[in-house]
Amino acid sequence: MGTMVQAHNLTEADFRGTRFKDHPHDLKGNNDLLSITRPDVIEQIHGEYFAAGADLVETNTFNSTAISQADYRTESLARELNLAAVACARRAADAAEKRFGRPCFVAGALGPLNRTLSMSPDVNRPDFRAVTWEQVVAAYTEQARALLDGGVDALLVETIFDTLNAKAALFAIDSLFDERGEASRVPVMISVTITDASGRTLSGQTVEAFYHSVRHARPFSVGINCALGGAAMRPYVEALGAVAECYTTCYPNAGLPNAFGGYDETPADMARVLGEFAASGFVNLVGGCCGSTPAHIAAIAVAVRGKKPRAVASAEPAMQLSGLEPLVVA
Amino acid sequence: MSPSAPKSASSFLVIGERTNITGSPKFAKALKAGDWDACLAIAKQQVESGANVIDINVDEALIDGEATMTKFLNLIAAEPDISRVPVMLDSSKWSVLEAGLRCLQGKGIVNSISLKDGEAEFLRRAKLLRRYGAAAVVMAFDEQGQAATRDEKVRIATRAYQLLTARVGFPAEDIIFDPNILTVATGIEEHNNYAVDFFEATKLIKATLPHAKVSGGVSNVSFSFRGNNPVREAMHTAFLYHAIQAGLDMAIVNAGMLGVYDEIDPALRELVDDVLLNRRPDSTERLVKFADDLKAQQGGASKTEIKEDLAWRNASVESRLSHALVKGIDQFIEADTEEARANSAKYPRPLNIIEGPLMDGMRVVGDLFGAGKMFLPQVVKSARVMKKSVAYLTPFMEEEKRLHIASGGTAKPNGRVLLATVKGDVHDIGKNIVGVVLACNNYEVTDLGVMVPADKILATAREKQVDVIGLSGLITPSLDEMVHVAKEMTRQQFTMPLLIGGATTSAAHTAVKIAPEYVSGVVHVLDASRVVNVVSALLSADQKPRFMAETAAKQEKSRVEFAERRNKRPLLPLTEARARKQNFDWTAVDIPRPEFLGARTYSTENSSPATGHMSLNEIVDFIDWGPFFSAWELHGRYPDILKDDVVGTEATKLFNDAQKILAQIVADKLYTAKAVIAFWPANAVGDSVEVYADESRSRVVQTFHFLRQQLEKPSNQFNHCLADYIAPKESGRIDYLGGFAVTAGHGVDQLAAEFRAKHDDYNAIMAQALGDRLAEALAELMHKKAREACGYGKTENLEMKDIIREKYRGIRPAPGYPACPDHTEKPPLFALLDATAATGITLTESNAMHPASSVSGFYFSHPESKYFAVGKISKDQIEDYSARKNQPVDVSEKWLGPNLDY
Repeated sequence: MGTMVQAHNLTEADFRGTRFKDHPHDLKGNNDLLSITRPDVIEQIHGEYFAAGADLVETNTFNSTAISQADYRTESLARELNLAAVACARRAADAAEKRFGRPCFVAGALGPLNRTLSMSPDVNRPDFRAVTWEQVVAAYTEQARALLDGGVDALLVETIFDTLNAKAALFAIDSLFDERGEASRVPVMISVTITDASGRTLSGQTVEAFYHSVRHARPFSVGINCALGGAAMRPYVEALGAVAECYTTCYPNAGLPNAFGGYDETPADMARVLGEFAASGFVNLVGGCCGSTPAHIAAIAVAVRGKKPRAVASAEPAMQLSGLEPLVVA
Repeated sequence: MSPSAPKSASSFLVIGERTNITGSPKFAKALKAGDWDACLAIAKQQVESGANVIDINVDEALIDGEATMTKFLNLIAAEPDISRVPVMLDSSKWSVLEAGLRCLQGKGIVNSISLKDGEAEFLRRAKLLRRYGAAAVVMAFDEQGQAATRDEKVRIATRAYQLLTARVGFPAEDIIFDPNILTVATGIEEHNNYAVDFFEATKLIKATLPHAKVSGGVSNVSFSFRGNNPVREAMHTAFLYHAIQAGLDMAIVNAGMLGVYDEIDPALRELVDDVLLNRRPDSTERLVKFADDLKAQQGGASKTEIKEDLAWRNASVESRLSHALVKGIDQFIEADTEEARANSAKYPRPLNIIEGPLMDGMRVVGDLFGAGKMFLPQVVKSARVMKKSVAYLTPFMEEEKRLHIASGGTAKPNGRVLLATVKGDVHDIGKNIVGVVLACNNYEVTDLGVMVPADKILATAREKQVDVIGLSGLITPSLDEMVHVAKEMTRQQFTMPLLIGGATTSAAHTAVKIAPEYVSGVVHVLDASRVVNVVSALLSADQKPRFMAETAAKQEKSRVEFAERRNKRPLLPLTEARARKQNFDWTAVDIPRPEFLGARTYSTENSSPATGHMSLNEIVDFIDWGPFFSAWELHGRYPDILKDDVVGTEATKLFNDAQKILAQIVADKLYTAKAVIAFWPANAVGDSVEVYADESRSRVVQTFHFLRQQLEKPSNQFNHCLADYIAPKESGRIDYLGGFAVTAGHGVDQLAAEFRAKHDDYNAIMAQALGDRLAEALAELMHKKAREACGYGKTENLEMKDIIREKYRGIRPAPGYPACPDHTEKPPLFALLDATAATGITLTESNAMHPASSVSGFYFSHPESKYFAVGKISKDQIEDYSARKNQPVDVSEKWLGPNLDY
């Protein structure tokens, strides 16, 4: 979404629209706000991905929590942002269903927040946290409630670099399902980000440890997205595929950001890597994150067409604990 | 299961009990005293001793359980050596357990829940645990109380199991029963079978409740032997041995005190087993007697004292400091820092320790981090150890400063650094670390926080008179914002260095996009561990020139690589490139007719038959001194470079030496300069230029062949070729091409040889460098004459500095250089100029000019003519070019090798 929004070269005025003409803070860069001020652009972008062959798009809500929006002093808009974003995606999905005659799904995206529960922003006070569990749960509850009210087909907790934030999101989601009744339950998709060559999340967990930390949410899928290009993700996708007792996903960036802040991997590059993941039985669902355009999605769709989906891992139930590293007690 | 099996993590979990306030007096003392470092050391020691999980219990009447649990867990989260293992949250208060759950990113265990408060509360808590994502220890406890016998234990466990799995969907594999390890050998008869009850209950639970686990707190069993560690240890070891055989999955024990069943003194083992297995009525008395005897013998001394591996303490103080930084151990850092400081011979100033061993250690940290062998929390920890060491040194540095001031010196921090995360970006973890590291190193750090607009950054930098600005950013749009800040710094005439850091930044982006916008220096800093080296180098008069030169060289290399990569973009077909030539309205272009056609020659020799005479003095005026300093690897613009803070002295010395030699060259006419310039009627035919015998243009005397750019360009740019600057034949107009060959090289080799003979390489190089400068100056002088011959040069009214900057109309591209890269165009040019006869310049077989201090090329007078680089060309143009030149394709390919895109 970000890549496509950037391509529209929108100005501060576009972001503001008439409604936020006098907003006291810069709004350019608050891409989520476009769901309200330029819904045409957001709907069009969703539509382009469906036309390229996407079965599922995620809502333009990566930062649509009161906590993340506070940077733009738009925290009071959180619910409205989510409702507007679902509406954009829903319209695009409905139109695409009619046009292409295949099911088109909308996943409500819950991003990682700009504050972390596991890490201190102050090196002198390692026990300090810039945000509390209660605040994070409240922010995610507001977001997930709006996404569900808007009518998403699934919830996607994604680009996780601090597992504790993700656990708070999953806690909020589970509470909502409980509150709204079992019938309200939608599939919960979870996607983590491996930030560097250490093969760990920013908060220090290995992929397996991460899986153990979120397994209790009974996810529809777990996967890896963002940060690394697909090729560099391979060992972690493979490791996750080996342990996950649910579907697995992978939607990498179009390579590492290059010197321009752009992405170098061509549609063919990404399609080759993800096609190979599918052929190797690592994944059930693939896609693209930063830098992947509809052309990338189109190439990926072709590359995985007809490939046998991964078989979900099944093993004798074992207690799966984790710190930064996994611990299995059979 | 073998007796030594308890240490095998795959089969049995060791849960460390030393961070349990009820299990460790040492921990209790540290916790009550608020000595968090000691608490962390205990936790770490357990993990190092092999605990698979650590039990954390802070239940104490005077302690705020929730706050203490939260603080300790948050501290542990910053200690990767501890937080790598899962945590068992241990409290009798639900609120403390819940506070703990809100701090765990991993999946931990809650110890415990039970039916003590009734089914409803039990289920409520279980449901929340499922939501938080934790395994649960379920105590064999119900509304009636604690289960002591085998049957009570199994009954309660079974009831709990059914409730959990059926009513809240709690995963059976996440249920851990604690059937209560109760104290034996108390002298109360009912207690004698407690161990046996536990073993038997364990066996039954494991057999009848699928996937459930069994755990227990072992130290309870030996409670009656408090103060007698050898006996307690033997009891724990033996108890575990029997319990594991019964199916125990894990136990809370002192991970460092796990003994081996087979190695217990056989006499003691016999007595302990009698007690645990309730084998004799008098087993308790017998063990008590043995214990008393043992205690008397050993004077109550504890047999085992757990020591972490301290071998590293024996190394040199430098290695110890490095080890402490890499491992994040702050326990000895102050002592080690003091030891280094006391060695005033080696470290005359406290700062030497920071810049020496401490930064060496941080560099290792940076390298490990870069290689993925350390991760962020560890780096943060290292930074803390660093800070502690620096904090220790600070009073000494202040004292040094005080003495310095007392003796008349000035007070000054190492420098002032401004840090900011750029506008549009809210990420600051890395920047904060950089700030701390710098502050630790006695830099005055001003941190403007996140989303800081360029104006504010620059205004503050001015106000605070900072020495360095550091920009940080994590998201890609921040890259553009950094370029913007760099441009603003140039526009607002800043001069301090600019540092770039953050996750999306790169040395490549900095070199290609940011550095060119700000000539005072832009340095990419890979991570926090490098920042002090960079800043100290930038602020040191000694180190800065070399550092900046190295940085500039790396960035240039990066730019070249980048340009090469870019040039690998598909090229336009030649026909398309030609269609994208720069078109002129040839009916309107001003084409001056030169005052003369054919050649004119010049010489500094009085005896020369040349048409014009010139003096070396005249040429000297046209010298561009900039490249002279570059030749000596001094970078900066002339004449500013002579006054440069850093290289000024050296540059001035060099310049003075050059003036001396130059004066000698001029006075003694050591060099002879010669030149020929010419104009010929000409027209462009395609990408070639035909030169005619006369203005009737009936006879072609020579054809020059040029190459066209094929790289795809934006729509408002053209694919240039030199031929475009000459009126095409079909325009009907007469145009004129100029040519020249000049040399100042006669005499250069002789002078250089004379110096070399005196072993004076410095002046030998100087002689050559001056020859080159004079040749270039002569080319400039001749170009002026050529422009005057064309008319427009007579009125250009340019100062010498603007002439040197080529601010005049027209260009003089040289064969073998970017606009016409083919050296084989030199022989026809020389032939037409009769250059060898006129100037004495000869061409070698590789078409190099001899003497070396020579220049030759073409004159184009078109008002819009500009220098450009042909760049990469494809096979279609090589084939076309070869056909035009009537030479084999492989010959063209040989001469144009670097330009080939295939």
